[in-house]
Amino acid sequence: MIFPRKTLSILAALTIGAALAAPAFASDTIKIGVAGAHSGDLASYGIPTMKATELVVKDVNAKGGINGKMLEVLAEDDVCKPEVATNTATKLVSENVNVVIGHICSGATKAALPIYRDANILVMSPSATTPDLTQSGDYPNFYRTIAADDAQARTLVDFTTGVLKMTKIAVIHDKGDYGKGLAEYVRTFIEQGGKAKAVLFEGVTPGAVDYSAVVQKIKRSGAEAVIYGGYHPEASKIVGQMRKKRMKTAFLGPDGVKDDTFIKVAGDKAEGVYATGPADVSKNPITQKFHKAFIEAEGTEPGAFFDNALSAAIAMTNAIAKAESTDSAAIAKVLHTETADTPFGAIKFADNGEPIGIGFVIYQVKDGVYQQVQ
Amino acid sequence: MEYFIELLFSGLTRGSIYALIALGYTMVYGIIGLINFAHGEIYMIGAFTALVVSTALTIYGFPLLAVVVLTALAAAVWAASYGYTIERLAYRPLRSAPRLSPLISAIGMSIFLQNYVLLAQTSDFVPFPALVPEFAFMEPYAHIVGSSDMAILVVSALAMIILTCMIKYTRTGKAMRATAQDQKMALLVGINVDNVISITFITGSALAAIGGLLIASHIGQINFYIGFIAGIKAFTAAVLGGIGSIPGAVLGSFILGLTEAFATGYVSSDYEDVFAFSLLVLILIFKPAGLLGKATIEKV
Amino acid sequence: MLSFKDIRQGLLVALWFIFLTFPLLVIKINPIENSVNWRWLNMVYVGSFSFLIYLITRMVMARKLERQKKIKLGLVKEKVAWSIKLFSQPRLYLPLLAAVAVFFLLFPGLFSTYQVNIMITALMYVVLGLGLNIVVGVAGLLDLGYVAFYAVGAYTYALLNMHFGLGFWTVLPIGGVLGAIFGILLGIPVLRLRGDYLAIVTLGFGEIIRLILENWSSFSHGPSGISNISRPGFFGIELSLEMSIVYMYYLTVLMVLFTIFVVNRLQDSRIGRAWFALKEDEIACQAMGIDKMKTKLTAFSLGATWAGMAGVMFAAKTTFINPASFTFLESAIILCIVVLGGMGSIVGVIVGALVLILMPEYLRAFSDYRMLAFGAILVVMMIFRPQGIIATLRRTYTVKGDLE
Repeated sequence: MIFPRKTLSILAALTIGAALAAPAFASDTIKIGVAGAHSGDLASYGIPTMKATELVVKDVNAKGGINGKMLEVLAEDDVCKPEVATNTATKLVSENVNVVIGHICSGATKAALPIYRDANILVMSPSATTPDLTQSGDYPNFYRTIAADDAQARTLVDFTTGVLKMTKIAVIHDKGDYGKGLAEYVRTFIEQGGKAKAVLFEGVTPGAVDYSAVVQKIKRSGAEAVIYGGYHPEASKIVGQMRKKRMKTAFLGPDGVKDDTFIKVAGDKAEGVYATGPADVSKNPITQKFHKAFIEAEGTEPGAFFDNALSAAIAMTNAIAKAESTDSAAIAKVLHTETADTPFGAIKFADNGEPIGIGFVIYQVKDGVYQQVQ
Repeated sequence: MEYFIELLFSGLTRGSIYALIALGYTMVYGIIGLINFAHGEIYMIGAFTALVVSTALTIYGFPLLAVVVLTALAAAVWAASYGYTIERLAYRPLRSAPRLSPLISAIGMSIFLQNYVLLAQTSDFVPFPALVPEFAFMEPYAHIVGSSDMAILVVSALAMIILTCMIKYTRTGKAMRATAQDQKMALLVGINVDNVISITFITGSALAAIGGLLIASHIGQINFYIGFIAGIKAFTAAVLGGIGSIPGAVLGSFILGLTEAFATGYVSSDYEDVFAFSLLVLILIFKPAGLLGKATIEKV
Repeated sequence: MLSFKDIRQGLLVALWFIFLTFPLLVIKINPIENSVNWRWLNMVYVGSFSFLIYLITRMVMARKLERQKKIKLGLVKEKVAWSIKLFSQPRLYLPLLAAVAVFFLLFPGLFSTYQVNIMITALMYVVLGLGLNIVVGVAGLLDLGYVAFYAVGAYTYALLNMHFGLGFWTVLPIGGVLGAIFGILLGIPVLRLRGDYLAIVTLGFGEIIRLILENWSSFSHGPSGISNISRPGFFGIELSLEMSIVYMYYLTVLMVLFTIFVVNRLQDSRIGRAWFALKEDEIACQAMGIDKMKTKLTAFSLGATWAGMAGVMFAAKTTFINPASFTFLESAIILCIVVLGGMGSIVGVIVGALVLILMPEYLRAFSDYRMLAFGAILVVMMIFRPQGIIATLRRTYTVKGDLE
C-alpha cells in the first residue's frame, strides 16, 4: 500500500500533540480504575470486585484519604472480552488512573496488560489465574491476589494421589481458557508425579444438551477420580449425570467449582465433591467488617472473588499510602517489600507479582456446605 | 456391548430433544421459507416458564403429579403464545420483504428474547427441579439409562406421533400441507393462510417447550443461553434431514444425536461438534437438499 | 384521529402482553431459597407500555396510509428519499463528503485515545461489512460463517509473528491471500447449494474453524490464545501507546478508503454486473452465458480476502487473540451491519457499521439494556425500513431528448 509518508507523519505529530496537551493537568484525587465484567452473563464474577473496591475506598476516604488526597473509583466494563478489554484499558489510561484493580478474566487481562504496561500503570487482578501472566515475565506491572492455576493444579494432584491414594484419574475440562489450562497442568503433574495415570483427557462442550456420553466414557476408563477444570455449571451437570448412573467416582474441581451455587444447583448430588479454594477467611476481622458493610449496602451476600478483591484494593491503597506517591516504581517497591493486612492475612508480592501468603486448600461438600479438609 | 448400548441411549436422548426443536424449524420453513432463528429462544422460554411455574406451585404445596401436569401445560401454553406473538410482530409485516429481512428480524428477536429473560429473571445458572421421579422399576438399569432419559424418549415419541396424526388426518393438517405446497393456491381454495401460519408457529413452539422442559428436568439446570446452542444444533438436524420435511427433521435429529454420542464415546468429545458439522457438509455435498428433502428443479 | 376501536384494540393488546410476560416478568422465583417474589409493578409497566406503543404505531400507520392515498389521487407528489436526493446531486454531497473527510482526518486530535480506539474498531467493521457486502449484498449468497475468514487472517498474523517474527506489512497481503484460499476451498464444494442450505453450511464451517482453533493447542495455543502480537511497525520507530493508536487509526482509515475504492470499482466492473445479475435471477443469468460457479466463487473469495485482511488488522490492534473472539454472534453482527445499512449500498454499509458498533459503546450507561435494545432495534428497523438505512442506489440511465 502506498501512502504519503510526510503528510502522515506531520499529521500524526500534530494530532498527538493535541491529544497529549489536553489532559495534562494535575488531578487532586487518586484514581483507582476497576475493570471487569459488569454486565452480561459474566457480570456475577465482576461486580463483587467493583463493590469491594468501592467499600475499601469509602473506608480509606472516611479516614481522610491518602496524604490528604481523596480516592476515586473509575469502573469500566469489559464484559470479559479481550477485544473490549483493550478499549476499556485505553479508556482508563486516557482518564489518567493511577492504579487498576482488575481485570477479571484471564483473556481480557492478557489483552489489556500491554496497554497498562506502556502507560506504566500497576494492575492487580483478584481473579486472573493464568500462570503466564506472571511467569512469562512480559508484564512487570502485573500483580494478583489469587494463586495461579499451576499452584491449584498441584494442590489437586497432590491431594488425589497423596491423600486419596488414587491411581487412575480422568481429567475433564470445559475447553475454556481457565479450564483447559488448568487441566493441562493437572495432566502434566500427574505424569511427572509417577504415582498415578491420567486415563482420560477430554473437553466437554459448555451448554451441550446432555453429557451422558462423556460420563459413560469416564465410567469405561475405570477412573477412580475425576479432576475437572472449569466452572460450576458444567461441573454440576457432570456430577449429576455421574451420580444418576450410580457411579461412585470421586470428583475434584478447582476454585471455579468452590461456589455455593454449585451445591445449591447440584443438590444432594454435590455431597462428597472436593474443590480447591483459598483458605477460609471468614473469621478474619477485616473480612467480617467488609462483609457486614456489603450486606448492609446491598442486602445480599457478596459474590465471587470478593475477598480477593478486598485484598487487592487494600494492598494497593496501603502501598500508595506507604509510598507517599502515586509513582508506579515507588508503589511497586512497597508491594514487594512491605506486607499489607488483608483478609488473607499479611501479604506481600514476589518479584514476578505472585502473592506470598495466598495459597489453596481442599474443601469437601459435607451436609450441603463446603468444609475444609485436613 | 454394554458401552455401545449406553452410547446408543445417550445418542437417542439427544436426538429426541433435537427432534422436538427441529420440528418447529422445519414446519415454519416448510410453510413460509423462513429460518426462525428465535425458535431456540422459544425452547429456552418454555424451560424458564416451567421453572417458574413448577417452583411456585411446589412452594404453594401442590402434589408432584399436579405440579408436573400444570407445569407442562403452562410451558406449552406460554411458549406457544410467544411463538404466536413473535410471528405477528416480527415476521408477518415482513412477508413480502426481501428474503434476508425476516432473517435479520429473527436474529434480532433472538437477541432480544435472550436479554429479556436475562433481565427479567437472572443471568446465572439456576437449578431446575427433577420433574421425572426415579422410577423403582428402572433401578436395575439405572447405570445404563436413567428414568429421565426414558421419559424423554417416550414423551418425544408420543409428541411426534400426535403431530404426524394431526398433519395427516385433520383438516388443519391438510390446510398446513396445502399452504406449504402453494400459498397462493391455498388462498384461492379458501384456506385462511394467516391462521395456518399462526397454528404452525403455535404447534412448533409448544413442541419446543416440551423439549425444553424435558431436558431442563434431565440436566437439572438452565440459564438464558441454553436456547442458542440447542437451536443451532436442531437447525443443523433439520437441514441434514432436508428442511421442510417432517420425517426428515426427525431422521436428521437422530443421526446428529447418534453421531455426537458415538464420536464422543469412540473418538473424543473435543471434536464432537466438528464431527456434527462435517457430517452436515458431507451429506449436503452429495445430497444438496438434505436426506429426505426433495430436490426441486426450477422451471422457467 | 384515534377511534374508539383503536383504543379497545390497544387495551386488548396490552392485556395480551400482560398475559405473555406474566410468568417471567411478574413472578421472580429464587429456586435456591425457594421463595417467590411477585412483582406486580412490572405488570402495570408492561400494560401501559404496550398500550402506548400500540397507539403510536397505529397513528404512524394511519398517517402513512393517508399519504399513500393522497399520492395515488395525485394530490401530493411522492417524496423522494432524502438519501437518493443527496447522492444524486454533487452540489449537495460534495461539501458533505469534504466535511466527513475533514472530521475523520482530525478525529484523533479532537477526541481522547479511548474514542479513537473505539473508532478503529468501528472502522474495522466497516471493512468487514464491505467485504461481506460483496458476498451477501451484491452476489446474494447468504454467508453465516464469515467470521471464519476473519479468524484465518487474525491467526495468520499471530502465528507468523510469533514463530517467524514477520511484520504487519508482510502479513497483511498474506492474510488476504490465505482468506481467499480458504474462501475458494470452502466455496468449491458448497456453492452449488442454494439459499438456506448455503447459510447453514457456512455457519457450520465457521464453527469448525473456531473449534479447531480451540482444540488444536499445539498449533494455535488453544483457548488461552496468543498474546504479545506486535503492533504495526512505523519505519522501525518505537511508538508510544497513544502514538501507535493514532497510527493504527490512520492505517484503518486508509484501509477503509482502499476497500471503498476497490469495492466501488468492482461493482462497476464486468464481474460486478455479473454478481448483480446472479442475485436477481440465477437462471436468467446462466442463460445469458455467465459462468455461475466462477462468478459465485470470485464473490466468495473476494469477500474472504477482506475478512482475512481485517483479521490481520484486528490481531495487530488488540495484540491478543483467542478463539472466543470469533463466534457465530460476530458473523451475525457483521451480517446485521450489511442488511441494516442497506444491502449492496457502500454508504449504507459504512453507516450501518458505525451505528451498530458505536451505539453499544455509547449505550454503556444503560449497559444492562443495550443488548435488549440492540435486538429490538434490529426487529423494528426491518419492519419499518427493510431496505436498510440507506437503500442501494442502482445506476439508472435516462434517455435524453424526445423518444417519440
